[in-house]
Amino acid sequence: MSRRARFLLMPLAALIAATPCMAQTPAPPPAPVAAAPLRVDITGGISQPMPIAIPAMPTPAQADTAAGSTDKLGAQVSDVISNDLKGSGLFTPLPKGALHAVSFPQVTAPDYPIWLTTGAQALVQGFVQANGDGKLTVGCYLYDVFQKTELTRQGFVVAPADWRRAAHKCADTIYTRLTGEGPYFDSQVTYVSETGPKQHRIKRLAIMDQDGANHRFITNGQSLVLTPRFAPNRQTIVFMSFENDQPRVYVYDVGSGRKRLIVNEPYTTFAPRFSPDGRYILFSMIVNGNCDIYRVAAGGGSPTRLTTSPGIDTGGSYSPDGSKIVFESDRSGGQQIYVMNADGSNQHRISFGGGRHATPVWSPRGDLIAFTQVSGKFDIGVMAPDGSGEKILSNGWQDEGPTWSPNGRVLMFFRTGQGSGKADLWSVDLTGVNEHAIPTPLDGSDPAWGPLLP
Amino acid sequence: MRNTKPALMMTAALLALAACHKTPKPADLPPPPPSSTPAPSSGMSSGTVGNGVLPGSRADFIAQAGSDTVHFATDSSDVDSEAQSILTAQIAWLRKNPGVRVTVEGHCDERGTREYNLALGDRRANSAKNFLVNGGIDAGRITIISYGKERPIATGSDESAWAQNRRAVTVVPQ
Repeated sequence: MSRRARFLLMPLAALIAATPCMAQTPAPPPAPVAAAPLRVDITGGISQPMPIAIPAMPTPAQADTAAGSTDKLGAQVSDVISNDLKGSGLFTPLPKGALHAVSFPQVTAPDYPIWLTTGAQALVQGFVQANGDGKLTVGCYLYDVFQKTELTRQGFVVAPADWRRAAHKCADTIYTRLTGEGPYFDSQVTYVSETGPKQHRIKRLAIMDQDGANHRFITNGQSLVLTPRFAPNRQTIVFMSFENDQPRVYVYDVGSGRKRLIVNEPYTTFAPRFSPDGRYILFSMIVNGNCDIYRVAAGGGSPTRLTTSPGIDTGGSYSPDGSKIVFESDRSGGQQIYVMNADGSNQHRISFGGGRHATPVWSPRGDLIAFTQVSGKFDIGVMAPDGSGEKILSNGWQDEGPTWSPNGRVLMFFRTGQGSGKADLWSVDLTGVNEHAIPTPLDGSDPAWGPLLP
Repeated sequence: MRNTKPALMMTAALLALAACHKTPKPADLPPPPPSSTPAPSSGMSSGTVGNGVLPGSRADFIAQAGSDTVHFATDSSDVDSEAQSILTAQIAWLRKNPGVRVTVEGHCDERGTREYNLALGDRRANSAKNFLVNGGIDAGRITIISYGKERPIATGSDESAWAQNRRAVTVVPQ
């Protein structure tokens, strides 16, 4: 990240106590009521998204900041929250025309009768305030409209330039409170931006926010680049480049823009991925025609060979506890998914469904492995780490290369068009019903979701 | 590329002899030889300098060997009989031009996943290289590189395009 956002996450009560210009001291949250809690069921397959009202956030005092005036920011923050929640597929934000204006005093004292008439079950209110030190405070409150109760509140102090992150944090707070799942909106994606004719695509590494905002290119397109993946600390990215006609894996430092080879061997290296603790990089290396999976310390050193089959072993991905590795191999004839211990022992096949199975990636929750099913067309699917419960989630001509959201509930992948060869980024959640395109300035492929930002 | 320097120097020398010779971009392989320059079936011609085709050049290689490209079956790196005859002709040319180093590029059609295709393309390039080496060409003259499915030559999404894209190309420096 070019701007290291310094985030303060604290209970709003503490913020408000330190903020003299805020006249209304909110009452402490009332005791929970006995009635059925407001909750989104995300495991039940196709369910109705929850109607939610997210009105523009007022400001206690209009002020100009480096990111614009606080009243305009209040509307923009609401839009970002609305877009995040809608994108999850679990919420239906009310259309703007159905929303009511919220005054600053109403932020902590919602007009429940009015919101009841809108059909919204949940209400998100908040405020955007310019602090004396040049920073912004974004307050974020979630209410149960039917029960007339406050469900949660959070305050976020950010530099004005990071206002979108405060909005994502607010959306994560709401999503987490209502679904019981982990947050994922305040995160980034690295991917390959594509343009040009099918015979000679120009490919550039790029980074953007999970929702497509704050997009920037990090290579210039002179060399073919493929498969970028974040380190757990988000400060480095591993990727493959054809620089100097030598296909090799590099480690790229986001802060300095410098890159280095992960191993100095005269062989093709590709398919890199970090271990969950960031200490190792898995990669594939082709030595005299035999492609195997190796591990090297992230700081460099001599690689350790983990597979020895004469087939193509590639695409390694660690389990979240680092004890196991899922990978693909064609040792049985076609590409199938295998699991081994982190030291290479106990290699065994887990995929036995129809077609070939490729590009396995272990969920950050550990419960599932996402893959590309190859059977004429490509589809994205998931299965348990023992190979059971195989389920196909996407439906395109060529849907390839899944990557997990930080909470393990959403998959991003790339979809290539038949004939045109043009690819773009899509996401789908584990129910398989919320498939939608991710906006990118040009075409896009090889997405890799980064961890949640701190 | 490790081995371009000597080849470039040689090309420069050749160009000095024939300044009118045009150097196409590597992506655009020269068209097949015109019919006025019949490609010898034996691949053992004396390499006449006709129509601006310079001995030891890429155009000469393609004219004499018949093709710089061999094709593969789906998900296969086996060198079939048609590929063997092309590679045999390539061997003959490489024997006659012992100073020329080549790069064998391996390519795949779009129906495999990206990383697997990088390995499959390498297998194909390696198969072609091994055939050349078994035919007496010094392995040190041959570099291989896989482009996976990144550089198709035919742009369709049909059997004909896929068949053209499953290939290994022996690239002689310009």
